This record gives sequence, structure tokens and C-alpha cells, in this order.
Amino acid sequence: MARIAILSYIKRNSPVHELTGTTKLIFFIAWSVASMVTYDTRVLVCMLLISAVVFKVSKIKIRDIRIVLGLAAVFLLMNNLFVYLFAPEYGVELYGSRDVLFTIAGPYTITLQQLFYHLNMTMKVICVVPVALLFIACTDPSEFAASLASIGVSYRIGYSVSLALRYIPDVQREYHNISQAQQARGIDLSGKDKLFTRLKNSVAILLPLILSSLNRIETVSNAMELRGFGKKKKRTWYARRQMKRNDWLTIGFVLTILVVDLVVTFWDGSRYFNPFV
Amino acid sequence: MTSPVISFQDYSFQYMAQAEPTLKHINLDIYPGEKVLIAGTSGSGKSTIGNCINGLIPFAYPGKSTGKLLVDGAEADKSSIFELSHTVGTVLQDTDGQFIGLTVGEDIAFAPENDCVPQEEMKQLVDKVAGLVDIDHHLEYAPQELSGGQKQRVSLAGVMVEEVKVLLFDEPLANLDPAAGRSTIELIDMVHERTGAAVLIIEHRLEDVLWRSMDRIILMNEGEIAADMPVEELLAGNLLLQHGIREPLYLTALRYAGVEICKELHPEHVDHLVLEPEDKAKVQNWYQVQKAEIRTRTHGEELLRVENLDFGYTPDKYNLQGINFTIHKGEMVSIVGRNGAGKSTMAKLICGFEKPVSGAIYMEGRNLEKDTIKERAARIGYVMQNPNQMISKPMIWDEVEMALVQSGMPKEERTKRVEETLKVCGLYAFRNWPVSALSFGQKKRVTIASILVQRPQVIILDEPTAGQDYRHYTEIMDFLKALNEKGYTILMITHDMHLMLEYTERAIVFSEGSLLADTTAAHVLNDPELVKAASLKETSLYTLSLACGIKEPQVFTECFIGYENKEVR
Repeated sequence: MARIAILSYIKRNSPVHELTGTTKLIFFIAWSVASMVTYDTRVLVCMLLISAVVFKVSKIKIRDIRIVLGLAAVFLLMNNLFVYLFAPEYGVELYGSRDVLFTIAGPYTITLQQLFYHLNMTMKVICVVPVALLFIACTDPSEFAASLASIGVSYRIGYSVSLALRYIPDVQREYHNISQAQQARGIDLSGKDKLFTRLKNSVAILLPLILSSLNRIETVSNAMELRGFGKKKKRTWYARRQMKRNDWLTIGFVLTILVVDLVVTFWDGSRYFNPFV
Repeated sequence: MTSPVISFQDYSFQYMAQAEPTLKHINLDIYPGEKVLIAGTSGSGKSTIGNCINGLIPFAYPGKSTGKLLVDGAEADKSSIFELSHTVGTVLQDTDGQFIGLTVGEDIAFAPENDCVPQEEMKQLVDKVAGLVDIDHHLEYAPQELSGGQKQRVSLAGVMVEEVKVLLFDEPLANLDPAAGRSTIELIDMVHERTGAAVLIIEHRLEDVLWRSMDRIILMNEGEIAADMPVEELLAGNLLLQHGIREPLYLTALRYAGVEICKELHPEHVDHLVLEPEDKAKVQNWYQVQKAEIRTRTHGEELLRVENLDFGYTPDKYNLQGINFTIHKGEMVSIVGRNGAGKSTMAKLICGFEKPVSGAIYMEGRNLEKDTIKERAARIGYVMQNPNQMISKPMIWDEVEMALVQSGMPKEERTKRVEETLKVCGLYAFRNWPVSALSFGQKKRVTIASILVQRPQVIILDEPTAGQDYRHYTEIMDFLKALNEKGYTILMITHDMHLMLEYTERAIVFSEGSLLADTTAAHVLNDPELVKAASLKETSLYTLSLACGIKEPQVFTECFIGYENKEVR
């Protein structure tokens, strides 16, 4: 079986792995809120440094997650591009001054303010991405549902997420097998054909894949009901781990950051740190 | 006498989507601690009986029922699937699909988790039950790291945590190789002894289940109970054959030799047969007559040659190493070996889905190295195990025509080819039908047709008969045999020893990435070492021939096959 895993749990021995799923989930949520709220460059720089350190501590290597990182980079680039195309003067509006560097064409000029705005926007994303990836790569999927349930999410939802994780490798394998067999019948997805033909061809793989996945769902839902899933409002978790000292420390730390972030950001009544005044 | 733990009283059931009832006026009592086999062809209603007992009917599959069904004294349809699950533990046939947890431990703990058992207590419980089925050293393993037999153990542990009164097995052998199947039957027997629960096994592979004794057999036919009697009585009559169930091979052999099967023979297990001297003499005579008639077929020219082939999915580990074999024109060959031995990988290499690390594959003397998947497909066809994995068009005609459309063949020629192929496959009458109207066996034919239409010289089939009852098995295999006689060369990856023995002269055995043997099917099954390495088991013909004083079990097996091919088909 070829390696086609894109993003999944990567087992290593690190302090980040040792934290419970609940801690990592809370960290991830608080961290995302903190970076979404602020446009304060000073705060963002600090957060960027911290997330770099956390990444280092986790022992996850860049090459483990390079595919997702690549995707994130493309997405970020597109995002920047579109923001500029639709609102080339947004930075000027925000920061209340206009220092033109040069003009491209028509309304499209490059201003210092716009560049600064893009810098902040990019940093916000760069702060969140590693933490989000770490949450997925360092949380044992077994603990996933338990950690969602521990912050009040219904265990049915938590379990659907964890089942999806459970079946991703199976479905990938099946996709691989089906596509090979269909290639032998002349279905080519390699890109030599026209886009429309390729779309039509991908149906030849997706249809059997969907049908077999539906079968799988029927079996597993029967198996779950036969063993009492959904009987009670609550359930216990075999794989849940006890919170340790480091968990409480981590949660304390991230909540402190969130508070500091909010205070610094809103101290002067504006979300934006303005170096141009 | 104690009261039954399960009691059907004039019970009928009709699925919502169906016009006819699937179960008709069933009267059946199962007593605590009994061991009962429910046999029948697909569509006979045997699985429906199981689903009524565990509550999937009516909770997951609604329908209309009349009469009464009592499970542990309570009326089943007034109960719930959750309450029933405390009495009846069900092991489903799909060992992969029913694995819910991400690790063995979690999967076993699934039921107690739903019951809100505290974590400490749960861990102790899991350890205890895992020890009972001997899987306690694998608690951290993920499902993909386990063999089929181990998954079966996990499934069993997962229902045993509940301390149920009835253990229900729905076709427990369907996805297992013969050796794993045998140890599953032994495991069920052991659990039965240790827990004292009633055991119900729904299965059509009779000989495999009877490896351990059963108290009685319920034979289902078209929704009714055709027989409900002790094993030896049923085996003595000819009810099994009438209802499309294969009797154990050794009994068939005895019948061929003219021995009458009666209760006194103790036909339920080959080791317990009580054969009178005149019975043995009959078998020996039959053997001498048949032996004289054994003919060996001559080989055609070389068609496919694999030479010094090495392959690994990752550079650090080889999945296949130093493989050499040659396939001749017109042969029908089995490729056997346990899961992960490299059989499917070999097929993928031949089809060009994967590229060898070193070595080469030749077809009619030409190296295939530079041929793309598409180019190879014109000469080598590959049929996947499950037809649902291949069929991608709603209509039969379109499905069969697909490969030709892709290759850009003109319409007239396409029509001619498709018509021809459909006729060969006996599907011409259905040409304008939707695929969904077909049975599993017919769908299998459609997938074979969709490959044949490209006129390949070799067809590779992955488990062509997996999960089929005897009737469908025979239907599919006779069709493949007819194709073979028309000149197609056929390679089959299989676990099915009957298939290998009855339909293929030659078997190639893979074990842990290397080719262990390349010999006759009869030889493989009569060589204890090969049998073990390939996760097969020796056939009962082997045991029977020794019991009758025949020193060459392999030749005896060949005689049996030769006789079947000549006289029976």
C-alpha cells in the first residue's frame, strides 16, 4: 500500500503529545480566538514566536506535514491576492494615511499601509496554522472524541468525527484500488484528456467508492447499535486520560495569552496597531 | 425442562420494501447453552432469523411481523435493540466493518462505554475478556495491524463483555482463510465451554463449521424451516443437496464410492467416521478404477513469464522477492497464500499498477516494462473481488461498453463486440437492464464481461467466489471454466480450497513475499508444510483416504476431482 496519508496522527514522544486531547483542544480554540481578534503586530510577533517554539517542542518535522503546509500557503496567497484585487485601498482606509510606493495600473497602487495590512493578515494565519496542524498531528485519534465531549460537544458528534478519522485510511486504500482497476479499463485521470472528460472519468471512480462507503456506513451503524451506542445521554471513554500538572499549566498559559492579547489589542480602543501616526 | 432462551412461535416477517414475507410461520426454540447451526442458501431467510433475534429487525430494518418471538422470556418487538443487546451478542460477518474503535482495547470497551461503566472498572473488564479470547497482548493495535482471525477475536470479545446469554454469529467464516476459519470455529467452541452461552452460527460452509461438534442444524429454505434435526441425521439424508448446501467432501467421496451414508456411520466429523471393512473396500475399489483413468493435460505455449522479480512499496522493505514462474496458454491457475503474502501485489505488478524494483514480466516473450496500464489492459484483464467496486454505469450495456468507448472504437464495431461478449457471458437477454436489477453473481458476470470485451488473453480474478453460497459458487466457476475451455487463460487469487482443487490443476503458493511452491493443487493440499505456510488446511479427503488404507492421499484427491469432472458435471 503506497503512502498517501495527507494529514493524520503522527506518533512521537514529546511534551505536546503527552498533553490530553482536551488541553490541546482548549489551546487550539483560545489560540485561534486570540489571533483572529487582534491586528496588533506586536502581539502577532510574540504569538508567532511562541507557535514556532511549540512546533519545535512537538518533534513534528516540516516534511511530515509538507503537503498541508503547501496547500495552506497556496490558500494564503490566493487570499492575499483577492483582498488586494477587491480592496487595494483598504490599508489606507484603516490606518488613515497614504504613502504610495509605486503604481501598477489604474486604481492599483502599492501603498505602505496596504502592505502593512497584508503583513498583519498573513501573520494571523501563520500563527494559527501550525497550532491547528499540531492539534491534529499530536492528538491520538482515540482521544479525539473524548476531548470534544469533555468541552460539552455531544458525544454523537464527537464520535462521528472520530469514526471519520478511523475510516480515512480504509477509504483512501479503496479509492486507490478502484482507480487502478478503472485505469485498466481505459479511464485516464493523468491529465492528458480534456477537463470535461476527466470530470466524467472521475465519476467512474467516485460512484463505486460512494456505494461501497454507504455499505460500510450501514455495517458500522448496525454494529454500533447492537452494542448499545446512543442508549444513554452520556457515555464514558476508555481512552480518556487524566489531566496532569502540565495540562493545567498549558491551559493557564494560553488563557493568560488570550487575556493579554485582548487587553493589548483593545487598550487604545482599536483592533489595529497603527505605526503610521 | 428449562424454558427456551429464544422462542419463535408461528412467526412471520416481511421487509417493508418486499412483496413477499421473508420468514413464513417459523416455529423454533433455542435452549440455554445449545449450539445450533443455521444453514441455507442466500435468500433462504437465515440472516433474517439472526436479525430478528438481535433486534436489527425491526429497529434498523423495519417491516411487518406476525406471531410471537420471545427472547429471554420477553417479547422482542416490545423490547429495544439496546435491551436485546444485553441478552444477545452479535458478531457480524464483516470483520473490518464492525471494528468501531481505533484500537483493540477501545473496540472491546465500546459496549461498556455506552453503559457508562467507570474507566477503572472498564479497563479491568477489557483485560479480562481480552485474555479469554487470547488477544490481551494486542490491546494497543489498530485494526489494520491485525489479521482476519485476530479481528474476529476482537469482535467476539466486544460482545462477550456484556455477559450475554446468546452468542450469534452471522457468517463468521465469510472473510477468513481456511486456517483462520478453523481457529475461529475452535475459538467459538472454547468460548461456548467457558461461558455456557447458547451459540447460534449462521453459515453455509457446513464442513468448516462442523470441525467442532454442533447440537443440531436448522436448514432454511425460502423462508421456512426445511429441517431441524441432529447433525448426523441431516448428513445421512440428501436434504442438503436438495437445498443447495454443499455436504462435507468426505461424504461426497463416500457416496461416489457407493457407500451409503447413514447415522451409524457417524458422518458428522471425518475423524469419527465408523467405516466397516466392506465400506473401506468399496472406497479402495473405486480408487483403483479411477486411478487408471487419470490423465494429465499438456501445456500450451508460454504466455506469461515472471523473472527474478523484486518489489517493495517502500524502499526499506520488499513485499515480493525473487519471484519466478511461467503461465502457459489455456491454463487455469490458483494463486494461494495467507493475507499479506503478496498475492494481490503480484497481480498488480502483472497489470502494471505497480512497477517492479528489479526483474521483469514477459508476455509471449516480450518485456512488458514499457507498456502502460492501458496498453497492458488490452491483453491482461483484472477483475476485483467485489463487483460493486467496479461497476460505474447504471446500465449493463454501458458498463460493458465502457472500455471500448474510452479506446475510441467506432460505434458499429463496439456494438458487435458488446453483443458478442454479452452472449458469451449469458447476459444478452439482460442487455437493456439496469445493473441494480441483478443478483450478486450476475453482477460478477457483468464485471467479467466488461473486462472480456477488451479481448484480453489472460484474466486475473481476485477471490471470484468470496461470500457466495454453493449454488452461486458453482454458477460463477462453471462460467469461468467455460471461458477457459474457449481458450482464455485464467489466474485466480483465492482462499477457497474447493475452488482450487476442483477447478485448477495448478497452484502457485506465496508465503511472506516469496514463491514457496508451484505445483498441482492436489499436491499443495496434501503437503502439511505447504498447507500451513499458505494458511490453508488439509482437506477431509486426505484424512478419509488414510482411514481407508490408501497410502497416496494426493492421488486419491486427484481421482476425486477427475471423477467429479467426468461424471458429475
